[in-house]
Amino acid sequence: MTKVKSLDDLRKMRDDLQSKVNLREKSDHPEKMVQIKVSMATCGIASGAKETMNFLIEELDAQAIDTVVTQTGCMGYCYAEPTIEVTLPGEKPVVFGHVDLKKAAEIVEKYIKNGELVDGIIPVNYETVDEKNNE
Amino acid sequence: MAKYNSHILVCGGTGCRASQGEEIVENLTRAIEENGIENEVQVVRTGCFGFCEKGPVVKIIPDNTFYVHVSPDDASEIIAEHLVKGRKVNRLLFVDPETQQAVSESKDMGFYKKQLRIALRNCGFINPENIEEYIARDGYAALGKALTSMTPEEVIKEIMDSGLRGRGGGGFPTGLKWDLTRKVESDVKYVVCNADEGDPGAFMDRSILEGDPHSVLEAMAINGYCTGASNGLIYIRAEYPLAIQRLKIAIDQARESGLLGKDIFGTGFDFDVEMRYGAGAFVCGEETSLIHSMEGLRGEPTVKPPFPSEKGYKGKPTNVNNVETYANIPVILLKGSEWFSRIGSEKSKGTKVFALAGKVNNVGLIEVPMGTTLREVIFDIGGGIKDGKKFKAVQTGGPSGGCLTEKHLDIPIDYDNLLQCGSMMGSGGMIVMDEDDCMVSMAKFYLDFTVEESCGKCAPCRIGNKRLYEMLDKITKGNGTEEDLARLRNLSNVIKDTSLCGLGQTSPNPVLSTMENFPEEYLAHVKDGKCPAGQCRSLMEYVIDEDKCVGCTLCSRVCPVDAISGDKKMPHVIDVSVCIKCGACMEKCKFGAISVQ
Amino acid sequence: MSEVKQMVKELANQYGRSNESLLPILQGIVTKELHISEEAMIEVARELDMSAAQVYGTATFYSFLDTRPTGKYVIRVCKTITCMMHGKNQIIRELENLLKIRLGETTHDGVFTLLETNCLGQCHKGPAMLINELPFTELTPEKVRKIIIEYRNREISAN
Repeated sequence: MTKVKSLDDLRKMRDDLQSKVNLREKSDHPEKMVQIKVSMATCGIASGAKETMNFLIEELDAQAIDTVVTQTGCMGYCYAEPTIEVTLPGEKPVVFGHVDLKKAAEIVEKYIKNGELVDGIIPVNYETVDEKNNE
Repeated sequence: MAKYNSHILVCGGTGCRASQGEEIVENLTRAIEENGIENEVQVVRTGCFGFCEKGPVVKIIPDNTFYVHVSPDDASEIIAEHLVKGRKVNRLLFVDPETQQAVSESKDMGFYKKQLRIALRNCGFINPENIEEYIARDGYAALGKALTSMTPEEVIKEIMDSGLRGRGGGGFPTGLKWDLTRKVESDVKYVVCNADEGDPGAFMDRSILEGDPHSVLEAMAINGYCTGASNGLIYIRAEYPLAIQRLKIAIDQARESGLLGKDIFGTGFDFDVEMRYGAGAFVCGEETSLIHSMEGLRGEPTVKPPFPSEKGYKGKPTNVNNVETYANIPVILLKGSEWFSRIGSEKSKGTKVFALAGKVNNVGLIEVPMGTTLREVIFDIGGGIKDGKKFKAVQTGGPSGGCLTEKHLDIPIDYDNLLQCGSMMGSGGMIVMDEDDCMVSMAKFYLDFTVEESCGKCAPCRIGNKRLYEMLDKITKGNGTEEDLARLRNLSNVIKDTSLCGLGQTSPNPVLSTMENFPEEYLAHVKDGKCPAGQCRSLMEYVIDEDKCVGCTLCSRVCPVDAISGDKKMPHVIDVSVCIKCGACMEKCKFGAISVQ
Repeated sequence: MSEVKQMVKELANQYGRSNESLLPILQGIVTKELHISEEAMIEVARELDMSAAQVYGTATFYSFLDTRPTGKYVIRVCKTITCMMHGKNQIIRELENLLKIRLGETTHDGVFTLLETNCLGQCHKGPAMLINELPFTELTPEKVRKIIIEYRNREISAN
């Protein structure tokens, strides 16, 4: 881990990391870089989010689809756990709920490979401070 | 790669489904096929949009049109007009009640502005086990700003001006607390994070620690800078193993990056954090108990004053704050106190995270600006009551709070309003109850909790609460009298006035609040020996419906006290005097012939 | 040096010998021995140079510091109101049937102890329980049966 010795160091680090994220989104290679976030707070894990995440990593690897699968905290849709957020390149993020292994397979086949939405989307009903800033 | 140009999202939430959501999907699909656009338009079912009063709800993307009160007959028009010809169906658009204008884009709908995530800003967006993702979203920038370009007094002034109040339940102005600790002269001071969230129904702090642990660490460091402390302590309860693990990782990563430890940002400021674990004692959420627990003693509270800011951990000035309070600090420093104070109501600024639980459809965490009404929280965001039942009450503030009923639904939520209604904000747990929940039983529950968790130091709480519980138990078993009701009220007031700490001072609140709002229920229990909600087993009678009973004898065979008699193929009968109301017979009956009255 | 004495010494070396070290040491003992015996308490008092009464006072205050012997797996079922609404009584009955013990007891083979506890913070997914440190949520009698069988199998294969 790079050591942060001054405020300038921190700012530079942040700018570097942000540009990396942007590059990922504006990538020239649309078949690359699908981003999936799996909600892994205790509520998610108790509902099987770990199995879902492992399945996604293995399946997408087996199908050679370039994806970044990361864990995240609670998205707030606790009644629909396990939840995942899928961002296809150039598309807005979509949140799916009740993602057990069967649904995860469906999402890989239909949404990630074909752009065809699958039942069980959770509508986002909040905005965060950062987004409000960018309006 | 994407085949479809447009998607039609049909709300599949329980409310909309009950009102023909499925038929709408079918009709839409058929209309799409009839128009030959099945390769361009896809219909998808979603989870609850939360806008249940205006359901069934349909959203078209990518233009974000929101249609309300859609009926299955509208399907063909939506397809023909909107999808094929590109003309919105105006009569189905949502009309904003304030402006009386039709709103076509969901982003402009007031409903979507209902939730604003400040404390939860990073939860669900970043990987909590990777400090780089936190830094990419302006992590540790507030600490940097404070250390390099602001004096401690300036930082405290920002926090005071923002109006932030303690989110653990007390609602004490945070900036003032920091200032008081700052002003005490001492060689050593401590900054503590109270992560001993024990309120039944509350899981906000757990989610913040599991989803965004760095925000708490950053805020503690800022606190240390302001108050003059270089030691931080996090007291976290043993029942949160994942939060403990994520915090440990976060602390290690922060240390490796030089953001915790010596000479942070090269300014000469030292600050480090240590973890301490609770061991299953709710009372340790009270700040003096917490401090004593960390000192290795029994978690018993002590009288205030002296306040911990003067004399706390090991006798030194100690500043204790709640997890959610800390989560707000970095944002206030980066965006300014003026921005924060514009959100919320006059005396309660900012947002509050609530944990919606109980009989509501969309259980989970929500964060709303102070001043949002209960109706909006429960019906708009929460999706209404489960199974279409009737709303009865919502319990806020855990065992220290009271219940709010239908007449309180339109009150803006903030610290002072809730206190006026006989409840309190507490840490943010909201348990929603419907017509099948007995309020007397509910009060008994909370007393059971308090009796067990009472530290035992002072007589009013130790003995008084036990007597309250015994009386409530008597009442739910059908042995209470009207004098008991008067005694309940008197004793509750005595306990409130004479207990040593917050636990005892607020433990009678559920009793007083339910007696105030549901006196008929208490009377029904003592006078008529009946439980109107149908929950208190001892007051219910199990009855076999003669018309439905086929005489299969399953119930009589499973009855542990042989209370059921009857011949094969003849209707059976339960002997009420022998029946112990265990419910085993009702569970076994396949014909729904046994009911509770 | 007896085993207990050795263990306490090691814990004191790790956490220190001041008053604040008492709670972490007691927690360390529970992790190793599953409960705090009287002998352990006296040893801790000796090692930290404090009265045995104080050690006893602190140890008995906290519900997660068991002072009675427990089984290898301590099952704690949440008994708070939200979990109650979701049917925790059924779960407890199921567990009592499966393990053939009542609440507060330990099975003969010393494998399971069944206790009730207060709010675990899993209110939206009730009923919930902890087995040692692992949380299990959205319990049904069926799910509970599967979980206990899994633990039993684990015990059998470990032996």
